[in-house]
Amino acid sequence: MANDPIHQFQISKIIPIENVGGLDLSFTNVSLFMVVTVAVTSAFLYLTTANRGLVPGRLQSMSEMAYEFVASMLRDAAGTQGMRFFPLVFSLFMFVLIANLFGMFPYFFTVTSSIIVTFALAMLVIGTVVVYGFMKHGLKFLGLFVPEGVPGLLVPLVVMIEIISFLSRPISLSVRLFANMLAGHITLKVFAGFVTSLTAMGALGIGGAILPLAMTVALTGLEFLVAFLQAYVFAVLTCMYLNDALHPSH
Amino acid sequence: MAHDKSPDLPGGNAQDNEDREAGEVGDLETRRKALDTALASRTAADAKGRRDSRTSGGSGYANALRLSSEFIAGILVGAGIGYLIDRLAGTAPWGMIVFLLLGFVAGVLNVLRSAGLVADPEQSTRSGDKPGSNQE
Repeated sequence: MANDPIHQFQISKIIPIENVGGLDLSFTNVSLFMVVTVAVTSAFLYLTTANRGLVPGRLQSMSEMAYEFVASMLRDAAGTQGMRFFPLVFSLFMFVLIANLFGMFPYFFTVTSSIIVTFALAMLVIGTVVVYGFMKHGLKFLGLFVPEGVPGLLVPLVVMIEIISFLSRPISLSVRLFANMLAGHITLKVFAGFVTSLTAMGALGIGGAILPLAMTVALTGLEFLVAFLQAYVFAVLTCMYLNDALHPSH
Repeated sequence: MAHDKSPDLPGGNAQDNEDREAGEVGDLETRRKALDTALASRTAADAKGRRDSRTSGGSGYANALRLSSEFIAGILVGAGIGYLIDRLAGTAPWGMIVFLLLGFVAGVLNVLRSAGLVADPEQSTRSGDKPGSNQE
């Protein structure tokens, strides 16, 4: 079973807490890695900025770069008004980034390869957009679904399409992150599995195993890129959706 | 963009040099103000360039997954709404048919929007917001 590429996504209960009001609230390996991700992120940010200097050291400048990166992204997408959402966007970005990078350690669980985790994050974003949009603009928020310059006859149809398009946002947001991490890790595992099964075939196999080994090394590099890129994409789309909540009129 | 922040960087462009001369005359506050305005104009230009390159940014692999997820999400939501309406109203196949088609349309719209071929509805308001962000 060592070569099973799906085995790495198996959820196992660490502390079983079953049947709390009909719910299974067991503490699983996914929960463990989420807790570890949050703890490591908080500890990193706290420790690197604890004795801060005017001229930042290496670690402090890493924290500051993360801050600047997210802040400029949010400012570009949603304007200065959007900065009130900075804590949300920064937390989401750091959580996804660190969870993705954690997945690159051997034997670690990739939290973001569970659809329910990414879907919960996406629903948090869309929930914030909807609640804040209605709080700030009232019913004018529904103007988001009525584009300008559409002939009167087509308005009901276009509104239906816009509503479906809006509802598909949390799904595409979560599926994108989930699919990227899942597909990447399975591909990595499959190519690494070729190495072991080829080397078991003798001298010729060892020669042939060089190719999948090279591929595994290349894919590991690509996975690091994807880990960062997906966290970035998730944060950018969050900013764009929050911009809708701030300025719903077309 | 982080290297733009350090004022004591050697070399740099003409704007940096201007900042440094202003800094020698005035105090830290005026120097910071000058740097802020210089940075604001730089970020505005950067953002413009980034928005143009957003459609082609990232690797092809990332683009493929992005566009396909947008499309699939549209169809899934359409099918889900159709299924729910059929179950609640008992209009057996019609809700599913109509909303699957609408979901397909929404999926195509999503793809075109994220590929930058159809103008983002929020694009105009975002660029209108720019002057406000520069004043801060």
